[in-house]
Amino acid sequence: MTAVITPGKRSRLPVLVMAVLFCLLFGSARASTDAQALHVLNRLAFGPAPGKVQRVAAMGVDQYIQQQLHPDAMPLPQDLQQQLSSLQTLALTPTELFQQYGPPQRPRGGKLTPLEIKTYNQQLRIIVMQAMQARVLRALESPRQLQEVMVNFWFNHFNVFRGKGLDRLWIGSYERDAIRPYALGHFRDLLFATARNPAMLFYLDNWLDTEPGTKHAQGRFQGINENYAREVMELHTLGVNGGYTQADVTTLAHILTGWGLCPPRGRFAQPGGFCFDPLRHDSSDQVFLGRHIPGGGEEEIRQALDMLADSPASAHHLSYELAQYFVADDPPPALVERLAQKWMQSDGDIAAVLDTLFHSPEFRSAQYTGNKFKTPYEYVISTVRATGEPVTNVKPLLGMLQQLGMPLYGYLTPDGYKNTQSAWLNPDAMMMRLSFATALGHGNVRLDPGQPHPATPEQRAQQLLDTLPGLFTPMQVATIDAQPQPLRAGLILGSPQFQYR
Amino acid sequence: MNRREFLRNALMASGASLLTVGTRGWAARLSEAVGGNRRLIVVFLRGAVDGLNVVVPYADDRYYEARPTIAIAKAGQDGGVSDLDGYFGLHPALSSLLPWWQNKTLAFVQASGSPDPNRSHFEAQNYMETGTPGDTHTSDGWMNRLLGVLPGPHAPTEALSLGPTVPRILSGPNAVSNLPLGRNAGHPMPLDRPRIVDAFATLYQGNTAVDRAFAEGQAARGQLMMDLQKDMNDSYNGAPPVIGFGNDTQRLAQLMAGDNGIRLAFLAVGGWDTHVGEGSAQGQLVNHLQALGDGLAALVQGLGSAYDDTAILVMSEFGRTFRENGNAGTDHGHGNVMWLLGGRVNGGKVHGEWPGLADEQLYQNRDLAVTTDFRQVIASVLARHLRLPDATLGRVFPDGLGAGAELPALLNA
Repeated sequence: MTAVITPGKRSRLPVLVMAVLFCLLFGSARASTDAQALHVLNRLAFGPAPGKVQRVAAMGVDQYIQQQLHPDAMPLPQDLQQQLSSLQTLALTPTELFQQYGPPQRPRGGKLTPLEIKTYNQQLRIIVMQAMQARVLRALESPRQLQEVMVNFWFNHFNVFRGKGLDRLWIGSYERDAIRPYALGHFRDLLFATARNPAMLFYLDNWLDTEPGTKHAQGRFQGINENYAREVMELHTLGVNGGYTQADVTTLAHILTGWGLCPPRGRFAQPGGFCFDPLRHDSSDQVFLGRHIPGGGEEEIRQALDMLADSPASAHHLSYELAQYFVADDPPPALVERLAQKWMQSDGDIAAVLDTLFHSPEFRSAQYTGNKFKTPYEYVISTVRATGEPVTNVKPLLGMLQQLGMPLYGYLTPDGYKNTQSAWLNPDAMMMRLSFATALGHGNVRLDPGQPHPATPEQRAQQLLDTLPGLFTPMQVATIDAQPQPLRAGLILGSPQFQYR
Repeated sequence: MNRREFLRNALMASGASLLTVGTRGWAARLSEAVGGNRRLIVVFLRGAVDGLNVVVPYADDRYYEARPTIAIAKAGQDGGVSDLDGYFGLHPALSSLLPWWQNKTLAFVQASGSPDPNRSHFEAQNYMETGTPGDTHTSDGWMNRLLGVLPGPHAPTEALSLGPTVPRILSGPNAVSNLPLGRNAGHPMPLDRPRIVDAFATLYQGNTAVDRAFAEGQAARGQLMMDLQKDMNDSYNGAPPVIGFGNDTQRLAQLMAGDNGIRLAFLAVGGWDTHVGEGSAQGQLVNHLQALGDGLAALVQGLGSAYDDTAILVMSEFGRTFRENGNAGTDHGHGNVMWLLGGRVNGGKVHGEWPGLADEQLYQNRDLAVTTDFRQVIASVLARHLRLPDATLGRVFPDGLGAGAELPALLNA
């Protein structure tokens, strides 16, 4: 008996192979272009929305790829803009968030009343909810789909947790300030932006990292904390086998002393919330990863982060992760090697590396088509996109993510969610996915309360088949058609084929 | 008839009643063979619990020097440890476990851990779950290999993971099932309705990973839901629900107390990565330990007489630094304490060779040293509790067990 959850390839006929057979049978090139369009929409987007496969097939996949790699030219639809602008906390700086929604100031020697604590927690829930609404609405409706895919990818790579103290205030501003602007930019900018963001400084404790014996080493700032120093090398840049030692971790923690948060109120407050305090910093000379770094202030930290961004180990680690996300759980080593070369040549230009990836023979091959098992996030978003239903209420979707073990912004530890089949395919998850698909297919998920459902279950099934041309063989379509009418839409969304991208 | 065919037939005969019969069949077979009705539950504390503040060397002054703000007071003092053996004391938040210390079915192995020096949470957890420290290429977990050497045929519910995903420790070629955590875990869902699940079954006829997950999910859900329902009606009627971890362990106890064939179970608890504000008599660690202790107590009580046939192993990826850091917390360390509860445990003792806390006795002058390989502890449980022959131990831990191998004193024969 073999595994429920062993990593490995599916033996199901990949979509491209099916498409080729289809062409031979019907002598049409249409199915083949549709299959290519479906493939890029599955990978560069969260799956096709109604009519999308046909539109991408008409414009050509290469042009679609270029458009997605340079998203700024595409405006957001007015509806989405309006929904986003109604989420007011998303416009506030980290310091404004702290000042307006942060922990209430305690009267001298006194305690907060239960009412004050309750109000504080309620406000925090509103902020987190607005951040989650914005994320899901963009993923569903933004035409800049690759940007949304990469926001999700980089957020997991530089994970912070919505449940840790002040990060409840800053989860949305972190994504807005540190992740989204650089999702297709240069990795160095992403690394620096996350390193200076209050959400990360708080999450991995670097705001406390202090050289003992310095003038400001007092109160809670008493000594070295190596949490961020370790994870920035292990997870964010070099990778666990990237050639650093425990001594390098400790050294980097010394270099990073004083790199922290500003006092959130009063004359030292800064909008971004980041401050460097030279009076908590170890300004002695250091040897980091075999290189001499002369003592100084912030300049030392820049130099150390630059070394990490420039390292071939980082190029390899990040190329592996990109190939794993876009090609296969166990990515072909030759592709990873080529991406790492492009990474080094382009100084970590993410769009350039992705361009190479999307034009690689591996990405276009039948072997690596329809072989990535969707994570709960990808599954949930892609089901709703495929139905094309308007969404004003994302709560049922957030609840589903929670049940499937992937609560949004809810991963406790800094390694972030995995995107492999072995992490997500298990018996109970299948039962829950198919239950969700059934409810959605029936129109029993209240995504737009107050509005009558735009389609009957019967219409929905036909629309879905039109939205997903070539996903099923004619025989599979016949199997679905043989089932009771009201179940068909749910069957399509819960089919084995739709579990993969 | 292989298990897959069996499942198919079971499903065709529309589920639950037939499966129960099948389950009894499996259980009956097992009881005559290796392991009998013996059960093993592994609780993994993800994030590296500070073992020196769990089983506290309170008689050593070095402990208090190294931890000026987070040390637990001596036995007999306010907020002090509960004395265990005159040298070690138990964190006061774990006092709900003391009855089992006193009846000698709770033991600890101090200074145990991985021979691999890795201080990455993720690598170290991975090594403890694969059982092959230092080897990043092992893809299956030791509990899955263990399932493979227990006598078959294996029902998917023979090994159960609590939580929405299956962790590495249970991943591998043998089918396992999982059950979600939390209050809503036992609620009905559309797939519980035969008309709907039958329609989906027409699409999941193949033999790929998703098809198998579907078939196993269907079979496991039928059985587990029925057991939960039955037990709630029988013995837990009206009992107030425990929240959080306690709720989950109580549910696990319900499932394992009966004779329904669950032999191996796993659950994980996070939140132990106390870099900042670890606390002593109050604080982060206290709250977590309190919930853990109460949850384990609920588990033992819920198991009832099945506790005699159960071993509960509590482990974590590594310990934390001996000395507290600048933020009244501790950083990633090395040696730690493993906990063992169960009817056949030689309890009321702190096992393991104590390496000492002097600078030169610490690992890299920083952490508690490891004197017992975590696999020695597990192997002892497998050999003496599950009665696994030596030859099969090597299939669970292919790299061997490290020096000293089994610890004969850890369990009663």
